[in-house]
Amino acid sequence: MSTAAPEPPLEVTGVDVFYGDFQALFGVSLAVTRGRATALVGANGAGKTTLLRTIAGAQAAASGSVRYAGSDLTAAPPHRRISRGIALVPEGRKLFGSLTVEENILVGAAAAASSDWPLDRIYGTFPMIARRRRQRASTLSGGEQQAVAIARALAAAPTLLLLDEISLGLAPRVVGELYQTLAELREAGATLLIVEQDLRRAMAACDDLVCLLEGRVVLAAPVPAVTREQVVAAYFGLRSREGRT
Amino acid sequence: MTWVNAVIQGLLLGGQYALIACGLSLTFGVMRIVNLAHGDLAVCGAYLGLVLSSSLGVPVWYVLPLLLPAAFGVGLVLQTLLFGRAMRHGVLAPVLVTFGLSVMIENLLQVAATSDPRGLAGGSLALASFRIGSHITVSWLFMTAFLTACAVLSGLQLLLSRTSWGRKVRATADDPDTARLVGIKVRAVFATVAGTAVATAALAGIFIGTIGTFDPLAGSSTLIFAFEAVVIGGIGSLWGTLVGGMALGVTQVVVGQVNQAYAVLAVHLLFLAVLAVRPAGLFASHQAAREVRGSGALG
Amino acid sequence: MKRTAVPVAGTGESGAGQPVTVSRWSRTATGFTGVAVVAVVVLAAVPYFAGGPAEQPLITLLTFVAMASQWNLLAGFSGLTSFGQNAYIGVGAYALYLVARQGVNPFAAIILAAIIAAVISLPTSALVLRLSGGYFAVATLVVAAVFQIAATLSPSVGGTTGVSVPGLAGYGPVLREALTYWATLAVAVVSVAGVYLLVRRTFGLDARAVGSDPVAAASTGVRVGRIRRLAYLVAAGGAGAVGALIALQTLYVEPTSVFNIQYSVYMLFMVLIGGMGTIEGPVLGALVLFALQETLSSYGAWYLVIVGGLAVIATLAASRGLWGLVSDRFGWSLLPVGYQVRRPRG
Repeated sequence: MSTAAPEPPLEVTGVDVFYGDFQALFGVSLAVTRGRATALVGANGAGKTTLLRTIAGAQAAASGSVRYAGSDLTAAPPHRRISRGIALVPEGRKLFGSLTVEENILVGAAAAASSDWPLDRIYGTFPMIARRRRQRASTLSGGEQQAVAIARALAAAPTLLLLDEISLGLAPRVVGELYQTLAELREAGATLLIVEQDLRRAMAACDDLVCLLEGRVVLAAPVPAVTREQVVAAYFGLRSREGRT
Repeated sequence: MTWVNAVIQGLLLGGQYALIACGLSLTFGVMRIVNLAHGDLAVCGAYLGLVLSSSLGVPVWYVLPLLLPAAFGVGLVLQTLLFGRAMRHGVLAPVLVTFGLSVMIENLLQVAATSDPRGLAGGSLALASFRIGSHITVSWLFMTAFLTACAVLSGLQLLLSRTSWGRKVRATADDPDTARLVGIKVRAVFATVAGTAVATAALAGIFIGTIGTFDPLAGSSTLIFAFEAVVIGGIGSLWGTLVGGMALGVTQVVVGQVNQAYAVLAVHLLFLAVLAVRPAGLFASHQAAREVRGSGALG
Repeated sequence: MKRTAVPVAGTGESGAGQPVTVSRWSRTATGFTGVAVVAVVVLAAVPYFAGGPAEQPLITLLTFVAMASQWNLLAGFSGLTSFGQNAYIGVGAYALYLVARQGVNPFAAIILAAIIAAVISLPTSALVLRLSGGYFAVATLVVAAVFQIAATLSPSVGGTTGVSVPGLAGYGPVLREALTYWATLAVAVVSVAGVYLLVRRTFGLDARAVGSDPVAAASTGVRVGRIRRLAYLVAAGGAGAVGALIALQTLYVEPTSVFNIQYSVYMLFMVLIGGMGTIEGPVLGALVLFALQETLSSYGAWYLVIVGGLAVIATLAASRGLWGLVSDRFGWSLLPVGYQVRRPRG
């Protein structure tokens, strides 16, 4: 039996991203291991959303590469990445307001990698939205909309699920329920990359942690190997000052 | 003609206006482009119908199975080569490009076909009429145009609400960025929507050509009427264009009964009145109305 | 010609602590203004040394320059793509007729025609400015259609047949042509200079903000509605003056010619080809259109096909127009509307 570590399915290498003249990511490299949840943390503007969008194909990388499950997806458009198994739950949910809940989910299956996640399974995972399947998405509460956004991404039957700030604007109890669902997905073997503002939740829910600061990776380690203080220091960029913590 | 007859004819005329308007409404709803060449494309449909029907020696209805797919193809090509590029060059570019295209089409038609007004051979359908009661005569052609418009609008509505394509179109209309993100091939959606719009325009052009006459410069007034129907009926509502079209048609025919010279002016004044009082139109969807008013609503 | 020395915190290397100059003008611009003044004087003298054959083409060219500058104010600076300016050209032409019929000197009446056009544009603007973008564009087409139909239906201005411009019988043909020429030159100079001066002020910045992102502009306190109305009014007045000129040039006012949408096509072409949002661009565009018209007018409708086609290509491939290409390459700005920041030499 091989004792080598399994090859990480997602490999981001040396990615630079520009918005016009502004550079948002500087040579970012990242690897996500199969079946594990990785937390992506950092202050506002650190580049977390940019990185997720680059992995999902909504943002072009000026240099570097994105590889997943053995294929180079650097130049691939979003629909090709989805059919390879990457799906993004975007920041701010971004549901299609004039479509019903069910239509939103069905649209998410447009480029689905497989039929592993039919509607029944999705409604079984999110019973709260099953009741509202025929309602227009814009009429739902914040927590329900977030659930629909995740459901829409699941409809693509992803093997790598990217989630961007799913706790924003939601009550703690609701966030707790969502994270419970994420834990169930992990049990079922999904790989997760989660951007999360709440450090406590991020470290509780994930196996690995990556911290970004002003477009660069400043910390990447398994969660048990770092203390909260170390993460906070990296988060705010305090570690470089001499004589200070 | 009695007043009742005039009103009925006006309502039926509204169907034709709705037919030319629905493509414009669709293009704006999904791509946020007002295609200023839309009327000219309808006139092209009429000319193409003329060429096909006279070379094959049949009434123009028989050439529709050739014409409509061709028009759809033209729409695909226009979107891919022209409108799509324009969309990437900012908000003003599509307006400028479609206007330039309109100028090119009108003048190419003048070169190819001369300015003489033409008519299409509608066969026996074009001449027949039926009576209701003792005072009302309805032309079969007008009735067919109206029923066709209703069929097209219903068909479009069904396609949009029940099919996978329709879902993708509506999602793209809501948020093109996120649509692309969830795996919808947005460029393909735009292309098929443009194709559909041009196909409806060509069909409308056939009716325009059969009921009246057309010439290379008829595109402008066709565009204006289509636009007015969309605005009166409400931006973002397909069935609204039928209501808008009927408002236009009734105004045109009824005023025309009194004084033909004032008929078209009355229609334009109706549009301006609606613009003054209720700029969003009668059945506008909030989002679409907000976008059309854009900065017009600021300060 | 203000120059301001602004102390700049050092960036370490050569520029540390040295003031940079912020100024509007460069040597090129100063030089050009001098040349332009000389050119206008020379142009004004044309009737004296060149006479009729030189005046005619220059009248056409200068009319183009006026139309292009005005449309640039609308669309290039303020983002208002109006394809219905021919409405006000027509209004100006008819206004000239009506005013001249009252006995006012036709050349003096140009100013009145411009004012009348601007006044008529006030209530119209209240309607069409409720829309923006492509919908605004089509609404301007409707307005033009309404004005044209109204003229056609008014027997007092000749209906479909039109009317001839009165009050010119007292002038000999040579004098009349010279006066028309000077009037055209005046309108052209006022258009270019007027737009330039208007755009140099805060109005210019505000208008460009409105043109590129009205919501963002409004959020910084720009009175979006006021800016658009002002641009629309000024452009309408300008178009009215052009319409009056056209009436004087052709001596006849008739609906299908003074309300012809071709004028809007020309305006679009000149500004796109020349360069939207620059002062130099429309002048360059007018030259190009003039050259095209001289070479292609014998080809009938093909001429307009080419004009339309070039406009489309310019939008997609050279969105900053010919002047944009030139100024990007050489860094020229002959009539600067912005400021330049220059590092001190050495």
